Amino acid sequence: MAKNRNAPASRKLQTRESSRATYYWYLVPGLFAFAAVIGASYVRNVYLSLTKWNGLGKPKFIGFTNYQELIHDPTFWESFIHAFEFIGAMALIPTALGLLFGAVIFDYISPKFGNASSSFMRVGLFVPQIIPITVSGILWVWLLEPNSGVINNFLESVGLPNLTQNWLGDSRLALLSVSIMLIWIQIGYTVVIFVSGMARIDPALHEAAQLDGATWLQRFRIITVNQLRPEISVVLLTTTVAALKVFAPVYVMTQGGPGDATVVPSFFSYFHFFTTQKVGYGAAIATVLSVILSVLAIVLLRMQNREEA
Amino acid sequence: MTSASATISPTESIVKHKRKKPGPSAWLVFTISIVVVLAWLFPLWMAIVNAFKTPEDFLQSGPLSLPKSMDLSSISKFWTDVDYTRKLLNSITVSFFVALIGVTLSFLSAYAIGIGKVRGRFAILAIFMVAFTIPQEAMIYPMYSMAKQFNLYDNLWSVIIIFSVIQSAFGTYMLSAVLADFPAEIVEAAHIDGAGSFRTMWNVVLPIVRPTMTVLATFFFIWTWNEFLIPLVLLPSNDNQTVALAMAVTTGQYTSDPTTRAAAALVGLLPSLGFFLIFQRTLMRGVTLGAIK
Repeated sequence: MAKNRNAPASRKLQTRESSRATYYWYLVPGLFAFAAVIGASYVRNVYLSLTKWNGLGKPKFIGFTNYQELIHDPTFWESFIHAFEFIGAMALIPTALGLLFGAVIFDYISPKFGNASSSFMRVGLFVPQIIPITVSGILWVWLLEPNSGVINNFLESVGLPNLTQNWLGDSRLALLSVSIMLIWIQIGYTVVIFVSGMARIDPALHEAAQLDGATWLQRFRIITVNQLRPEISVVLLTTTVAALKVFAPVYVMTQGGPGDATVVPSFFSYFHFFTTQKVGYGAAIATVLSVILSVLAIVLLRMQNREEA
Repeated sequence: MTSASATISPTESIVKHKRKKPGPSAWLVFTISIVVVLAWLFPLWMAIVNAFKTPEDFLQSGPLSLPKSMDLSSISKFWTDVDYTRKLLNSITVSFFVALIGVTLSFLSAYAIGIGKVRGRFAILAIFMVAFTIPQEAMIYPMYSMAKQFNLYDNLWSVIIIFSVIQSAFGTYMLSAVLADFPAEIVEAAHIDGAGSFRTMWNVVLPIVRPTMTVLATFFFIWTWNEFLIPLVLLPSNDNQTVALAMAVTTGQYTSDPTTRAAAALVGLLPSLGFFLIFQRTLMRGVTLGAIK
């Protein structure tokens, strides 16, 4: 994007100034729709966060009371702690494993075993990405079932019955179990991006390092990871944002339970909107989440731009 | 973005001159990798295997064994109980119209920004970009009230309109970047030949960027197909549910036995698997496109 900013258009602009005005008309449908659907909803939500309302009648303006209440609500803090734990499952671990699997596929599988094997691996890891998250959710609830579930059955059949667990029913394990599914989903995304990034690294870098006697691990650390910095920052940004927004997996797999063990901000706000009918309170949670996300996105984009410049 | 959007194919050129006979350590790495990939596919394999078992078969031999016979009753039971044909049609309708309207809106705005280079375009794009990060929870309640107010609550059109706009924010961003690189000489030539902005758009620009727009439409279709929160809130009745929604909401009611639940998972993932097989190249190359989302 930045490249086009200094496009040589400025000279032509003057000659086209009159015809240029007509282009504004093409913005009307898009901007109107954006303002009416996204803009209005967002502003209204911020307003609702300053009110007390049960969805019926008129919202009552109460200033920042909802936010003050939030600060003292332990579930609110817990929901954010869980969201940050999901950053591990959706951003950090998939990035690390994606780099590793990607490098194995690119450096070993593709050159030594041919493209059929490397495509099979990329596609195999990518498949969970295309399944609707609710389908993955019910699939994993079924796999994690304590009695008839596949995972406990598998552990028993390989002689590890002590490891069988009530995966989603035990409050110490529920978050971990949801995280396992999220890792399963995310790897395909990181592997595909990193493998395509590796294709643009100049092979001469690796060859020179190899001649100097660098091991594969050294080359991976020093060349691959360094050269992939743009991809890594895009992946970390998008997956972190996605982790903080997680809703469907929690809704489908645990409903935030057992107890509050897997409550996340988005589920917490949904819960107040539609279960307790504390609309203002739900709106306050959603507003806090949206501010955190926007700030995070802006900071990370800035960092990325500075690095590229 | 451009740096990340390199395609997968350049691997192929490296392969030829480097290919040697793999040694034992390479075979070890290969075996471990294959095991990892098979482990990744294992959940899907389990859904397939168990969807074709009879409940008795499952009780006797558990989830891990192969079915004794191919039994379709779990699948057909789930299909009829949740009226899956209906859910498929709902999902197709919503995703199709979102792709169509979303791409149209994106193109119109992107035309003004990328070709028309209207003033304030950077501010508009920045707003759209920040909008991608807004969680749907921070808009859902007002959307819910608005849908009720306009009598579009529990109506597919409410979801179609909302997703068209949400997707078009992203689409405008992406298409603007594409159109900003559109050769200015072609547009100038059209103007000199007396074509107005509409004819230039329709006869000159549109035919050239059509392939990009098809890719964008494919993505809008699939993203919308997988959406959950907004349909969950706006489409409460059984008859209006989409596939993704029905999976989460109705499966519990109809799937007391494990084989039917496996069938539900299988039936739910089949359409997506189908798209994937058809559009595999587009989808995997376009992952980086989704990366901005």
